[in-house]
Amino acid sequence: MTKIVIALAGNANVGKSVLFNQLTGLHQHIGNWPGKTVERAEGTLHFKGHIIDVIDLPGIYSLSTFSTEELITRDYIAVEKPDVVINVVDASVLERNMFFTIQLLELETPLIMALNQVDLAKKKGIIVNHEKLEELLGIPVIPTIAIKGVGVHELLEKAIEVTKKARTRPAKIKYGREIEERIERIAALVRKLKIGYPARYVAIKLLEGDREIKEIVGEISSKTVSVAEKCAKEIEHIHGHACSTVIASERYNIANRIASKSQQLVVPETGLLEKLDEITIHKIWGYPIAVTVTFAMFFTIFSFGNFFSDILNVALRGVKPLVETVFGVGMSGTLIWGAIEGVIAGITIALPYIVPFYIILGVLEDSGYLPRIAFLMDNLMHEIGLHGKAFIPLILGYGCNVPACFGCRIMETHRERLMATFVTTLVPCAARTVIILGLAGKFLGIGWALALYGIDLLIIFVLGRIAFKVLPGGPTGLIMEMSSYRVPHLNTVAKQVWFRLEEFVYIAFPLMIAGSFAIKVLEVANLLEPIGKAMSPVTMTWLGLPAITGVVLIFGILRKELTLIMLAALTGTSNFAMILTKTQMIVFTLVTMFYIPCIATIVALVKELGWKNALYITLFEILFAVFLGGIAFRLLLLV
Amino acid sequence: MTITRERIEEYLEALYKLREEGKQAKTTEIASRLKVSAASVTEMLKKLADSGYVKHESYRGVTLTEKGLKAARKITRKHRLLERFLHDILNIRGRDVHEQACKMEHALSEDAEKALCRLLSNPQNCPDDNKAIPPCDRPFADCEKCIGQEIMPLMDLRVGQKGIVALIRGGRGMIQRLTDMGLTPGTEIRILKSAPFHGPIEICVRGSNLAIGRGVAMKIFVEAKK
Repeated sequence: MTKIVIALAGNANVGKSVLFNQLTGLHQHIGNWPGKTVERAEGTLHFKGHIIDVIDLPGIYSLSTFSTEELITRDYIAVEKPDVVINVVDASVLERNMFFTIQLLELETPLIMALNQVDLAKKKGIIVNHEKLEELLGIPVIPTIAIKGVGVHELLEKAIEVTKKARTRPAKIKYGREIEERIERIAALVRKLKIGYPARYVAIKLLEGDREIKEIVGEISSKTVSVAEKCAKEIEHIHGHACSTVIASERYNIANRIASKSQQLVVPETGLLEKLDEITIHKIWGYPIAVTVTFAMFFTIFSFGNFFSDILNVALRGVKPLVETVFGVGMSGTLIWGAIEGVIAGITIALPYIVPFYIILGVLEDSGYLPRIAFLMDNLMHEIGLHGKAFIPLILGYGCNVPACFGCRIMETHRERLMATFVTTLVPCAARTVIILGLAGKFLGIGWALALYGIDLLIIFVLGRIAFKVLPGGPTGLIMEMSSYRVPHLNTVAKQVWFRLEEFVYIAFPLMIAGSFAIKVLEVANLLEPIGKAMSPVTMTWLGLPAITGVVLIFGILRKELTLIMLAALTGTSNFAMILTKTQMIVFTLVTMFYIPCIATIVALVKELGWKNALYITLFEILFAVFLGGIAFRLLLLV
Repeated sequence: MTITRERIEEYLEALYKLREEGKQAKTTEIASRLKVSAASVTEMLKKLADSGYVKHESYRGVTLTEKGLKAARKITRKHRLLERFLHDILNIRGRDVHEQACKMEHALSEDAEKALCRLLSNPQNCPDDNKAIPPCDRPFADCEKCIGQEIMPLMDLRVGQKGIVALIRGGRGMIQRLTDMGLTPGTEIRILKSAPFHGPIEICVRGSNLAIGRGVAMKIFVEAKK
């Protein structure tokens, strides 16, 4: 059996991951690219006596390496040299997609085009002649409808065929004469050097001023770089635009020429999805719809969550006695129970809320609604120096801060990721909502609960704005594709949910277990009370809370809602009105809302932003919560 | 009392700046910026409306008309070019840059503006708050061969209107991202939608739909299609 490696490359939202799922089924592995916070999806399949490895490369628009995704894609194709690259293309946006195809051709990699969503294109009034396209591009073009599995078989057959024949015969992409001359001049110099990339490709990239390629070439021959720089200047002089812009324009002209020769425009059908597009970003109706969708989402998540959480609690009630009978109630029994309690807490509290949340999110994502919300909210997000896309992780944060931190990857610059992630950790997640509703809502009335929610929003806004002013660098504007609405592909959504869940379980569960165990150790060693006492200057004197809250707040680091659960456990009552005054309840809720990201979130922060930033955010939030709580305590005394 | 051209230009400049910032042109806001009474602002706006520079819209307040916008861009351009001149060539710093430019802009002739632009080799932003200098309304690439076409920020196009990309001002990263998405010079763009509350716009370019933030759209300059 021979082994073949296929890489899927293409723009975002072209159905690449659907095709990936169709190809690989359940045999997938999703992880990160080494050292990068970019998802790497890999899968295997058997086809006609071949073992085929499929790699789903990130969805990108160009290979200009202004983002990590672009760099990864380029390096993978040029250095690891997959046997075939399948360029997945949205047939309804052929010209824009082919801008990327042209760059893949320049990388001189064996290439096949999957002309996807031909059905949707037809509805939009675009009929693509794939044979003509094949002739113009000089590479095999297979029309596909990935969502229905149409063309997948042919695609695989073609891929194997391409690996057997030495090469396809791709069309030469020719630029204007003034550019071609210079490309040749530089390429002649590059050919003398030993570089992994094709010479012509390097020459073009040097003209474009590509930083990475410049560095690589510069190390071997600084002369080549300076010749290229001179050539770029000359082209700039001829055209009056930056050389990279000139080359991009030429590529687009080529794409335009090929697209218009191979597509035929007919009258589009206006279907339900177009009407949906019209109304969901309507300048008046768009907003109530966004609010309704958000509320419906939370309502569903919480009703499902409560329901299943209760069922699971009942189902797992027998575990504690079981542990006690097996291990006894002595020290070892208590410690083991501590570890198991961590697992149970994860299953009964986190999962019932997170699973429905991921499902709804997956559907919203796959249907194409999220960019619409980002469009509507762009202006609001600009108030805190972010753009509309940041609204998506923020919404995620209401479910759980951990996936929300991962969600901040969609931001373009490091600065924006940092800001978005920081703001996200302030969003009251499901666990904090439990506290707000369970303490303030239940004992002080829903008015207070809503007021605390309001305060949270206000603080997000104020701190976001301060971060925006304090952090060096300027804001980036919104540039986002508004892809058409699609009927979500349930299989793809289910896989997405599964992999996100896996990621969550891997990060959160070990910590919940370790943390729960560690606290049990403190308990067994009789250290909880001394710690509570040591914290009393802060808890009692400054915040005006009972001494017991010191211990409770430590528990809360594991999971926020534990503050409430432990308070009940340690005081022996769940009628909090007996142990806390009204003022104390408000202060306590405020402090738990902000005082520290929970331990799983801290890990997510470390993964996404590094140790230093995670530490800063954590320290800041502790100090801020203590400060805020103390002020609130004193203000409430005055009332 | 007759109103001087200078007064008109000061108002147009203030309105342009408010527009750029995405704020509504409220009488009180204009009054505080120009350091005049609210009553005289009201009176002046009426006069500007009479001469077709601005129009009142019940829900948006005062907005610049096409004529007003053109004049406002011109004077803002002169102002910001002068700021660059004072800052870069004469090495003047601080508030003086702005105040001097305020006085000089009204006296600057078209030819002097052109010469200034050439001297400063077509600068992009003004020195004090880094706002984009509106491009001259001649084709930008070659200052020598002016033919008098009008170039305006993408934001100034109406919904449904088409424009041709002339140039993009901004950092390399932003320009690269926009050109990668298909906004290369000479490309036709159509405005599909505009989000309310000064939000982003949705455009159609090369068959794909893009959402572009207001700040970005102020930096993409297009030639409006009739």
